[in-house]
Amino acid sequence: MIEFQLDRGSGVATYLQLVHQVKHALRLGTLRPGDQLPTAREVVEKLAINPNTVLKAYRELEREGLVTGRPGLGTFVERGFGGAGLAEHTRLRRGLAAWVREARDAGLDEEDLRALFAAVLSDASREGVA
Amino acid sequence: MSAPILEVPVLETTGLGVRRRRAWALRDCSLSVPAGRVAALVGPNGAGKTTLMLAAVGLLAPDRGHVSVRGTAAFVAQDKPLYESFTVGELLEFGRRTNTRWDGEGARARLDVLGVPLGRRAGRLSGGQQAQVAITLALARTPDLLVLDEPLANLDPLARHDVMRTLMGEVAGRGLTVLLSSHVIADLEDTCDWLVVLNGGRLQVSGDIDDLLAGHLLLSGPAEAAEGLEAVSATGTGRHATLLVRGDRALGPRWSTRRPNLDELVMGYLRSPQAAALPGPAGVAR
Repeated sequence: MIEFQLDRGSGVATYLQLVHQVKHALRLGTLRPGDQLPTAREVVEKLAINPNTVLKAYRELEREGLVTGRPGLGTFVERGFGGAGLAEHTRLRRGLAAWVREARDAGLDEEDLRALFAAVLSDASREGVA
Repeated sequence: MSAPILEVPVLETTGLGVRRRRAWALRDCSLSVPAGRVAALVGPNGAGKTTLMLAAVGLLAPDRGHVSVRGTAAFVAQDKPLYESFTVGELLEFGRRTNTRWDGEGARARLDVLGVPLGRRAGRLSGGQQAQVAITLALARTPDLLVLDEPLANLDPLARHDVMRTLMGEVAGRGLTVLLSSHVIADLEDTCDWLVVLNGGRLQVSGDIDDLLAGHLLLSGPAEAAEGLEAVSATGTGRHATLLVRGDRALGPRWSTRRPNLDELVMGYLRSPQAAALPGPAGVAR
């Protein structure tokens, strides 16, 4: 089960931090379809936050079709991201890490890398392949 | 939350006025706190916070208006809420004998989790443990409304966190409604979803925190441009001004605007005791 953490100084709204952590876990495959999210009570008894904040985060995830609330049972993961499995995910990550090393060797700094990645993503979506 | 559902108020006051000694400690206070909410009661010393809480739980009779609570209310006082020479076990027994509704089993289970020994005298517990025992005794009465006067004062950060975990768990578990006072806004930011601001015995703000934050702007810009702008309050030094204003408004490029945080909202109102943000006809600004 996912264990939520809070970064109180981050300036990111608390419910969004919960949303991001679920999405992150889905991307990494540590949360998979069928898995149950902790109940609002479990979350608030650990983090000392208002229960409505947890419910708001779960509603947002439900709106995006990532989880489903089953009355009386709990909230369950409905689907992962993009269909990529854990093995596929690992392979892509290695490929990207190799690309980052190559770009660094070519003298690009972190900001250059981000800009380049964003530019390629945006080109790809314009061509309709992303 | 701003969802258009009608929320049932658990605490409601109408035109509440309380005189203490010869002065009005609370005047014309009309507010409601919906079920399942965690309401923060803030204001400077002498604002009437304790008076409102005592009136809410029926420990103080109002001179004007009235208070109603849907269900039962329990109160945790700020100073020495426990009989210090009693052991924790004796306090539980005392509670069982003096209350018709009493969840002794739940109280023992909670104290066990918290690691509070039943045989220890209350006066020999740590500050955090004393706070937890006082809250546990109040929760054992299975109230619908729990009113706490400065529950976090004099507690270290870990104990504050533990107290809030306990309270939030009860809110999530059985829809308990909480009204708590505090001077430390940072302690309230993640835990409270309703805000009540009292100042000089008058109610300034009562409402959903998300709605209140979304309904205000913090403006920052040249002081001369602030002339004529209707603001809750303004601060500034010389040529620069910072204003808290209600609602959304388009302003010239000389102003930078952003949403206030809870602390900025509260401070903005406390600086201007005449300003008010209240629902209904009472919510007219100065």
